[in-house]
Amino acid sequence: MASEIKQGTLELVNHLPILQVITPMLIAPILVVLNNKTLSWLLSFVGALACLFISILLIQAVSDGSILTYYLGGWVPPIGIEYRIDAVSAILLFLISIISAIVLIFSYSSLHAEIPEEKHTLFYSCFLLCLTGLLGVVATADIFNVFVFLEISSLSTYVLVAQGAFLDRRALSASFNYLIMGTIGATFFVIGIGYIYMATGSLNMMDIAERVNQFGDNRTIQAGFAFIVVGMGLKLAMVPLHVWLPNAYTFAPTVVTCFLAATATKVALYVLIRFVFSVFNYEDIFVNELFFLLLMPLAVIAMIAASVIAIFKQNLKKLLAYSSLAQIGYMLLGLSLMSQKGLASSLVHMVNHGFTKAALFMSLGAFMLNTKNVYIKSLSGLGKSMPFTSAAFVIGGLSLIGVPGTAGFISKWLLLEAALETGYWLVAILIIASSLFAVIYVWKIIEVLYFSESSESYNEVSVLTLMPIWILALFCIFLGINTSLTVDVAIMATEILFK
Amino acid sequence: MDSNLNFIFGHLPYWLFIILMLSGLFIVVSRGNLIKKIVGLNIFQTSVFMFYISIGKMKGGTAPILLDKSANNAAVIYSNPLPHVLILTAIVVGIATTALGLALIIKIREEYDTVEEDDIQKMDQNDLKKYNKKNVMET
Repeated sequence: MASEIKQGTLELVNHLPILQVITPMLIAPILVVLNNKTLSWLLSFVGALACLFISILLIQAVSDGSILTYYLGGWVPPIGIEYRIDAVSAILLFLISIISAIVLIFSYSSLHAEIPEEKHTLFYSCFLLCLTGLLGVVATADIFNVFVFLEISSLSTYVLVAQGAFLDRRALSASFNYLIMGTIGATFFVIGIGYIYMATGSLNMMDIAERVNQFGDNRTIQAGFAFIVVGMGLKLAMVPLHVWLPNAYTFAPTVVTCFLAATATKVALYVLIRFVFSVFNYEDIFVNELFFLLLMPLAVIAMIAASVIAIFKQNLKKLLAYSSLAQIGYMLLGLSLMSQKGLASSLVHMVNHGFTKAALFMSLGAFMLNTKNVYIKSLSGLGKSMPFTSAAFVIGGLSLIGVPGTAGFISKWLLLEAALETGYWLVAILIIASSLFAVIYVWKIIEVLYFSESSESYNEVSVLTLMPIWILALFCIFLGINTSLTVDVAIMATEILFK
Repeated sequence: MDSNLNFIFGHLPYWLFIILMLSGLFIVVSRGNLIKKIVGLNIFQTSVFMFYISIGKMKGGTAPILLDKSANNAAVIYSNPLPHVLILTAIVVGIATTALGLALIIKIREEYDTVEEDDIQKMDQNDLKKYNKKNVMET
């Protein structure tokens, strides 16, 4: 590894890992103090842009396979907390930052329709705290710090989801259920950390990895790993533990749904990947059996069952939420194949699905600005009156199905290759079957949009609303044609993980 | 028999941790009253705090305070302070969660006039029938 660690110097690149996390955290309280809604939008947008800029610098710094570390307060690990950026975390940091920046452009127009004005300032500071938490989870190499950041992001997410109550009071019970499930998940995660600490006496990921190897078969560590898998399973909505997700996505404000669908579940999956590869030994029989016997069947069930359920949903936000569950199934499947290609497909799909789902939810939000609801019937004939939004929705839908030329195709193709490479023919067939179900539910919406008469005519939404939607839609196409940003970085990331 | 008893009493904090954890989890899952759910969640979290503190305990260990800087302290047996510090953070997270949960319950009670999950679900289903016909979300 070509890691150059220059601690204690004032060079900017050495401080990027911490700047990435604290930039939104420092802006959040400033918004509350200023208490001005336009200014708070502007400041949070600037903050998100700064995060994006930093994450691009970080990708450049780690793209040659090196690892960037930062010791908090100058305390050397394993005693101090360490932030550690490699190619895997750099991809995720980039995804989170860019999605937050794009979503914030959209929020300028959509928030007025969904949240009372006096709450905008607090909404933005909550949003920034959520961003801080997600970025922190990815950046840190200290397992207890992962828990703390996870809870920072989760707590602010519960608040953000509950803001949907202005339009629909069901948002409150959705948020409450999410709180209960999320906290159970986080507590399981803490128990897992406790077991690991009990056995190894360390909290630093690299340090634990060394010590775990010496132990061999240890029941305490295995129990800790099982607890962590269940805890993260709750957070990433692995199928039997997914009950919170459809309602939370449906009743949250559109901005929040876009942001969560594109980032939150992926970050939980990232934590799982980190623990499997950087903390535990991925060659361990226990880990392999857990993934083969438990996670792979669950992932396949998610792919098929969630897609079938999505076909019958009338509420389009709920439809897309169920389709998210199916897509999480793909990512989990890629991970549970336990091969380099499988993991690469999982990482690429995280990014591609992030852009795709954000584009879909956002164009749905733009429809909702006009129609005031997201039931399928009310979208009839919008293809004529809102041509640009509908076109972006179609691009997102194609990417969701995995049509060649879109982002979704790349990751599904990688996943298929990985499944065939490891010899799981049945799984490969089920992946295609699940994609066919996706064709059905996406076509159902396209049919209503373009081939049915509209009862009312609406105007196209403003340019400021269209811009973020089209940025995301163009990303869906761009990532389907130019794969150097995603596939190459992901393959390099898997090489780091499979060292 | 004796070794069994020793095993049970020697791991007393862990047994209590398991009992508290399971009863907390059971309350969260089985009760329909939202406040009781939060109480169950608290018991569940508290059990984890207990678990952490018990793993830091050493037999005959003192508090980890350096009394005499000049003397050699290598022989002093002390409890591991790190789990305590970790759990301090976890307690803060737990309090924040409880506060947020209770705030949500207040809001739910304002909107639905009940804190029973079954009643809320019934009202939601009625809403769904009503609005599905009109095909409009509540504005």
